[in-house]
Amino acid sequence: MKFGIVVFPGTWSEKDTHHAVSGVLGHDAEYVWHGDEKIDQYDAIVLPGGFSYGDFLRCGAIARFSPVMEAVIAFAERGGPVIGICNGFQVLCESGLLPGVLMRNDHLEFRCIWTDLRIENDSTMFTSTATKGQTLHIPMSHGEGNYQADDSTIERLEGNGQIVFRYADAAGNVTPEINPNGSINNIAGIVNERGNVMGMMPHPEKACEKLIGGDDGNIIFSSMIDNIVASLA
Amino acid sequence: MTVSQETLDEIALSRSEYETIIDRLGREPNPLELGLFGALWSEHCGYKHTKALLRTLPSSSDLLLVAPGAENAGVIDLGDGLAVAFKIESHNHPSAIEPFEGAATGVGGIIRDIFAMGARPIALLNSLRFGQPDDARTRYLLNGVIGGISSYGNCIGIPDVGGEIFFSDTYKGNPLVNAMCVGLIEDGKMASASAKEPGDLLILVGADTGRDGIHGASGLASRSFEEQAEMRSAVQVGNPFLEKVLIEACIESLDLPGVVGLQDCGAAGITSAAIEMAERSGMGLKLVIDDVPRREEGMTPYQVMLSESQERMLLAVTPGMEAPVFELFEKWDLDATVIGEFEMGENVRIYDQGEEVSSTPVITLTDAPEYKFIGTKPEWLTKLQNVDLSKTPMPSESPEELLLKMLAAPNIASRFPIYRQYDYHVQTNTVVEPGGDAAVLRLKGSKRGIAVSTDCNGRICYLDPEVGTVIAVAEACRNLSVTGATPLALTDGLNFGNPETADVQFQLTESIAGMSRAAEAFDIPIVSGNASMYNQSMDVDIFPTPIIGSLGLLEDVEKHSTVEFKSEGDAIVLLGTDSTWDAIEGIAGSEYLELIHGKVEGQPSIDLDLEIRTQAVCREAVEAGLVASGHDVSDGGIAVAIAESAIIGGLGAVIDDSLSDRWDAAMFGESQSRILLSVSSDNVSAVEALATASNVPMKVIGTVGGDSLTFGDSLSIPLADADDSWKNGFTRATSD
Repeated sequence: MKFGIVVFPGTWSEKDTHHAVSGVLGHDAEYVWHGDEKIDQYDAIVLPGGFSYGDFLRCGAIARFSPVMEAVIAFAERGGPVIGICNGFQVLCESGLLPGVLMRNDHLEFRCIWTDLRIENDSTMFTSTATKGQTLHIPMSHGEGNYQADDSTIERLEGNGQIVFRYADAAGNVTPEINPNGSINNIAGIVNERGNVMGMMPHPEKACEKLIGGDDGNIIFSSMIDNIVASLA
Repeated sequence: MTVSQETLDEIALSRSEYETIIDRLGREPNPLELGLFGALWSEHCGYKHTKALLRTLPSSSDLLLVAPGAENAGVIDLGDGLAVAFKIESHNHPSAIEPFEGAATGVGGIIRDIFAMGARPIALLNSLRFGQPDDARTRYLLNGVIGGISSYGNCIGIPDVGGEIFFSDTYKGNPLVNAMCVGLIEDGKMASASAKEPGDLLILVGADTGRDGIHGASGLASRSFEEQAEMRSAVQVGNPFLEKVLIEACIESLDLPGVVGLQDCGAAGITSAAIEMAERSGMGLKLVIDDVPRREEGMTPYQVMLSESQERMLLAVTPGMEAPVFELFEKWDLDATVIGEFEMGENVRIYDQGEEVSSTPVITLTDAPEYKFIGTKPEWLTKLQNVDLSKTPMPSESPEELLLKMLAAPNIASRFPIYRQYDYHVQTNTVVEPGGDAAVLRLKGSKRGIAVSTDCNGRICYLDPEVGTVIAVAEACRNLSVTGATPLALTDGLNFGNPETADVQFQLTESIAGMSRAAEAFDIPIVSGNASMYNQSMDVDIFPTPIIGSLGLLEDVEKHSTVEFKSEGDAIVLLGTDSTWDAIEGIAGSEYLELIHGKVEGQPSIDLDLEIRTQAVCREAVEAGLVASGHDVSDGGIAVAIAESAIIGGLGAVIDDSLSDRWDAAMFGESQSRILLSVSSDNVSAVEALATASNVPMKVIGTVGGDSLTFGDSLSIPLADADDSWKNGFTRATSD
């Protein structure tokens, strides 16, 4: 299978993502330039982290209008798997592929720390090799990751099992104290209703080898790969 | 003589320097030319007060691929087809008046120096100094500087992996903001900041040129702080997004056959960048100012030449091969414009609206005057050194209280509240994160890794600039050695007061002598550097602060050591000394002496030979896999080192020896050449054998374990209390 990794001007996690899915997990990956309009050749699309177009106006607000995003929206509507990480999550929300917004962290500071993410739904294509209640040790690095949506949207997401990850302690306890950015219900990642588009603030590609502090991020990419390879067979 | 004193002051040239210009040109310079001289003869560009001294620094090494001063940064061979460029640079004065943008553009500037070498930036460090944090203005500066570094660094995708922050009254009016960048060069793809042939085109890429930052080099960096209050417009404004795109485009452009040179456009803007390129190429240069894209209308040639607008680079391109260059930069939505060409001859010829407005020999402009000085030791210093430290009164606190107080001190408490605002994971190479003695990075595709650190204790340098700088080098190397890395090279950020005073001249001379002595003893070169003078406020010079950036190599990055205790029952070993506790001489210039007694006094000392042997034994032990943890004993002495290894590891410590009568010096003395290890009991004799073989003293001083810190029968505190003081001390000290 082949990943397409979208590169906007200002993206900086594309090489890290490439290293994780290709260098570590051994699958094909190519960069997709923000001006490209054809992405049918890929089996999954990654919108990586960074500051697309400098994140002027609002995070992801300009990226959403790029030619490649039209193609990504069409790809997602056909059921193609899309994962948005950090800035990619912001772009997915801006472009309407996922509900809600990512606001400034409630403490108003950028935060780079290791987080523990409790798996809330292990039946998605992004978490199928994990177990519900398990925690993944994955770093985050953002100033605007405070996920918010209106009450009815949150209710719907919770009811449908669309909350994929919550910030927790290492033992899996979800508490206000462990919440690193003010996200409602400690939400760290969500999936769309159809289950093919996921956004998460922490960076699974930065947790791809034990040497750099842990490899739990591979669980997410491996889940995607397993499901996609099975569907292609 | 037509030039007014006011004009000379504006560009920070002295009357006698003006006379020299007339002598060299054989005529009076016109206003534009005067601006060029002011910029190029500033300390920042021309190193007029430090050039003679800097020449004495050791700069040779078999591993040196680019010598210091030859290009934008020195380059060291790492083997496996890899090389690193690294350099430290100051942005003190801009940060004093506009902390956010000052710090941000400091980061931006040093990054450009590195990718100008064709190196992909892989790490940032920053070394900061402020006044005491209970002061409102200091907090404003602190928050601004950290915010600026965070904002610029995070946006650009380069991990910020280390550095230091230190508070002392001496920096109150004049904070220090030094940024270091490390870049990786693969497959010998090194760039040079020069043209190849006459006719090569000079192409300006990146941002448009505006009126910001005019007189940054000659103005801000060349005068004392009181004069700067109204100079905020001389601080540049950064755009990290633009710089990120510029990095990608410039590195990509080096693969184009026509691109022969790449140069950073930093201090003194196009003036310094283009003219230094001409000098390096041994050619003349024709510059057409009309062609420089402007941010605003009505800019004079003087303003265009001296603007320090950020995020601009210069390329030298073979004529006829520029089309693909334009295409590439257009892909990245960046402007690229031909603004001149290199030519035979020795003059820089500047054209404005079709007319030649200046023609000046390159060498006349770049060969700044050199000031030599022989400092004599001031009497006040001898007095400070000769203070009898044994007369220092005992503290009023108990040993337990004082340990908690020291752990919570702004200079000692955990820096996590700061570095959690910096992205230190991006690029996925960070093996040892900030918070240790040095950061360790792996090099993808190689077994090897590098360790990087910065160090300088201004108090110690104040008390003895020669010995203090030796200690700065020793500590910067020790920080590497405790991780297992072998020091390979150094970069220096000289931060000093007013070089026109006898005291500062003495400090500079002594400090450089110390740096030479130490670098020669370690047998490593100083590959790059930066000089910042006139760091003073209210006519008081800062402590001399020669910040040392160090870079070391790990042959096998998997075999590295970290600070925290790992296992119950491991032996705690002190390397470099045979006594657990320090003696009274150790409190000279210590954190304890300033924090508790408000004094900076005593005679610092170091046995350089012992230092080098101790570090070597530590590296051998780490490489042999004998070491569970390793930590440099420095600020706060052995008590703080033990507490830090215990807190981070979440394991207590039982130290065998009880404290002596001078328990303050015993715990908090900062005698050099000590390394704290923890070693599994099976490995103690092997470490002992290594130490004995190199004639390095060592002592098993205790055991890892339990949930308290116990020093013989003198002191016992719950680890949780130490943890609370150390982890929350910084936030408590910087908030109300």
